[in-house]
Order: sequence, then C-alpha cells, then structure tokens
Amino acid sequence: MKQIVAVIKPFKLDEVKEALKEAGLVGMTVTEVQGFGRQRGHTEVYRGTEYEVDFVPKTKIELLVDDSAVDGVIDAIVNTAKTDKIGDGKIWVTSVDDVIRIRTGERGPDAL
Amino acid sequence: MESGDRAWVLISIALVMFMTPGLAFFYGGMVRVKHVLAMLMLNFICMGVITVLWSVIGYSLVFGGTNPVIGNFDHYVLTDVGAGDIEFFSFQMMFAVITPALIAGAVADRIRFSAWVWFIVLWSLLVYSPIAHWVWAPDGWLYDMGALDFAGGTAIHINAGIAALAFVLILGKRNGWPNHPMPPHSLPLTLIGAGILWFGWFGFNAGSAFAADGIAAQALLNTHLAAAAAMIGWLIVEKLVSGHATTLGAASGAVAGLVAITPCAGFVGGAAPLIIGVIAGAICMFAVTLKTKLGYDDSLDVVGVHFVGGLVGSLLLGLFADAKINQGIEHEGLFFGGGLKLLGIQALGAGAAIVWSFVITAAIVLALKAILPGGIRPSIEDEETGLDLTQHSEQGYALSER
Repeated sequence: MKQIVAVIKPFKLDEVKEALKEAGLVGMTVTEVQGFGRQRGHTEVYRGTEYEVDFVPKTKIELLVDDSAVDGVIDAIVNTAKTDKIGDGKIWVTSVDDVIRIRTGERGPDAL
Repeated sequence: MESGDRAWVLISIALVMFMTPGLAFFYGGMVRVKHVLAMLMLNFICMGVITVLWSVIGYSLVFGGTNPVIGNFDHYVLTDVGAGDIEFFSFQMMFAVITPALIAGAVADRIRFSAWVWFIVLWSLLVYSPIAHWVWAPDGWLYDMGALDFAGGTAIHINAGIAALAFVLILGKRNGWPNHPMPPHSLPLTLIGAGILWFGWFGFNAGSAFAADGIAAQALLNTHLAAAAAMIGWLIVEKLVSGHATTLGAASGAVAGLVAITPCAGFVGGAAPLIIGVIAGAICMFAVTLKTKLGYDDSLDVVGVHFVGGLVGSLLLGLFADAKINQGIEHEGLFFGGGLKLLGIQALGAGAAIVWSFVITAAIVLALKAILPGGIRPSIEDEETGLDLTQHSEQGYALSER
C-alpha cells in the first residue's frame, strides 16, 4: 500500500479529480495549503508599498492506493496538472504500514 | 430659512452623519483582520462622544461670542440654541464628529481605546474648536481676513492631517513596521467605505451652501468631478510607477479628490474641479510613499491623503476662486485677476492651522502619555494578539463554530 501526495495548482483540482475518478480511485483527501518552491512567491503593492508574499496558495491531494495502482495514478495527475509553467507542483509516494477502515475495523488492502 | 433650503440642509445633515461609518469601513478594510473592530470603534465612538461634547460645550466654543480667536460659554448645553439655529448646530455637529475620526487612520493597530477617547475629547476642545472658530465664525480672524474654506479644507483636513502626524511621531511605529507586511484585510470593505464617503460628501460640500441654491448645485457637481478626476490621476501615476491600477488606489484617489475639492466646492467652476482633482490625485499618490522614506508610521495615510489633499485644495483655491461662481468671494484667485493676494491668505490660513494643530496635538498626546495609568499604547503582546480581543474582547469575523 502506498500513500500518494500531490501538491498542485488550485485551479487544476477539478481536472485532476475527474482523471482520478476515471482511473478508478474511490476516495481522496484535499487540503488548501500555502508554500513555495522554485516558483517562489509574488509581490503585492498597496499604496506604493511593496510586500513580498513568499507563500503561494496550492492544493494538496492525499491518496491511499494499492501498489499496483501507483503508476496509473501518477500518470493521471501528471497529465492533468501539468501546465509546463514553473509552479506545477510535486508528487511523492511513501509506503504505508497499515490502513484501517473505522466503520468495519477492516485492515490492510481490504480497507482501501 | 425657506422650507426648500431647510429640506436640503436637513438631508445634508444625515448625509454627513453617514460619512463617519463610511470612514470607519474605508479604514477598517485597510487594517489587519485582528484589528478591524478596534478601527471601526475608533471612528464609531466619535458619533457618541463628540455629539455629546458638541451639545454641552463644543458648539459654544466654536460659534459663541465675538472674539476673533475662540468662542465662549454662552451656548453651553444648548442654551439659546433657538429655532433658527438648529440646522446650523446639527450640520456643524456632524463636522465636529468626523474630524477627529479622520485621525484614527494614522494611529491604527496600536492605540489603547481609553486613551483614544480622552484624546478626542481634548483634541476637539483645544484644537478643533479654535481652528473652526477662526475659519467659520463671522468674527474669526481668518474669516475676517477673507480666507476661503467652503466646507473644511483647513479646519478639517489640514487640521486632522497634521494632527495625525504629531500623534504618530509620539505614539511610535506599529510593532514590526515597516519590515513586517501589513496588507489590508478586506479591500471590498474599503471600497464600500469609499463609496459611502463619496455619497455623504455631497451633503458635506453642497450642504455647506446652507441653501438649495445655485452654489449648492455647483458644489455638488464640483465634488463629483474632482473625485472622478482624482481617481484617474492617482491610477495613472500608480500604473506608471508600480505597474498596476489597484482598487485601493481608485478608492484613495477618489477620497484625495474629495478632500481637495472640499475648501473649493462652492467657490470654483468650469474645468477647475477637474484640474484640482487630477492634481490632488497625482500628488497624493506620491505623498503616501513619503512615510516609508521619512520613517513615520502613518498607518492608513491620513497625512498623505488628508493633510496633503487639503493643502493642495486650499492653495489651488488661491488660483481658481471665481467671483462669478460665488459673490461672497472677497479676493479672487490668481487665474481670475485677483493677483497673489488670496493665495497668500490661503497659505497663511493653512500655516496657522498647521502650527496650532501640530503643537497642541503634540502637547495633548504627551500629556496623556504621562498621565494615563496605562499610557497610550497597548503592550506589545496585546498589540500582537490584536486590539479586537485585547481592547474590546470581541472578534470581527467568526468564520467557524466555536
């Protein structure tokens, strides 16, 4: 079992969600986050005074998937979230020891 | 007073009253989210405290007696404020209310509420009353000299603007300014406030004619033209200097134009309000950047907009005053054959207001700082926590259930 975390541009969320549904995903967790990478932040100007805004808004998606589904999910995210411009975000994959469905107590791949 | 004139003045009183909550929103949107209620309250409290003060003694200090420098106590607690005086009393009361409220923008985010209440009482008595008397009372020395101030360029905007500077020089900077970003928390609120101000200003300026006549109509048109031209002036400069025309710039430019046309409203005509507006918008756009260069923390640019805008308007009146528009003009402006006489008088009036207001305001603030047990500033911790919570025990926005 793997956890896939993707940080993407917020306006791409709908497209990514649809692609993931098509790829067979049955659940996802989404958080509005702020941060910076190589894109850095931006500048805002109020009455002539400039403010550096380091953190730009991003959307973080967290998914739990079976090992066999990892490549398909990554392809789906990359294909839809990509704009070819700096700031498209990142995807990372980590191993998951256990997953428990709270309602039934099922564990492991059965709980995915 | 004829019934038509009275109707217009009564409506104007209500219009000017509405400017103080408008100003509260204009300022409130510009502060950070943890200080929004405190900012609204600095303005709102003026409607309570100054109204009562005006009724008890303020009106008498401005319009009582025949002394050229200050009124007297003849009209304390509405004594001898009879049937013919009520409109004037009420209209002027709204002016007295909004003038200290203007200063609130400068001291944003770092003033104890109780210190502010003491301040507006003392300031209204010791600074506003004499200056308003000089300018508007029939025996006031500036009025007598032929100085022109239709609706309060000197008595209100120059006065409040320079007082704001004196106040912040003693009060000190907001914790973290200028290195820590302090952007506005709600520009929509600021635009609502600017819109209310613009609307109310028709009463402020056109109501100052005290009649439903041609001068009132001219003042109303001039008010709108100057606000529009100043918005454009500000935005053009802003676009050239920093690359974008901003909503805050549009709101600020309009207010700068309204400030600048205030002394001129019923004294100029033709293209003059457009010229005055565009000049005020462009100059004030530069003036608000001075605070970072000079290092005084005038939080919401009361100096840059009200002092500078008021000064620009009062001095330009020395060029554009036109006796064809208003026969009450003693000396015409430079462009209408009056020579430099009026410009000199206008500069003298502005100078006198600047000196008196700056010195007495500084004295009041220093005295309060020394006398008040809690001083005039909240602790750094209270300032960082936010004045809404620490001064008023409230929060502006409850966005989730608690």
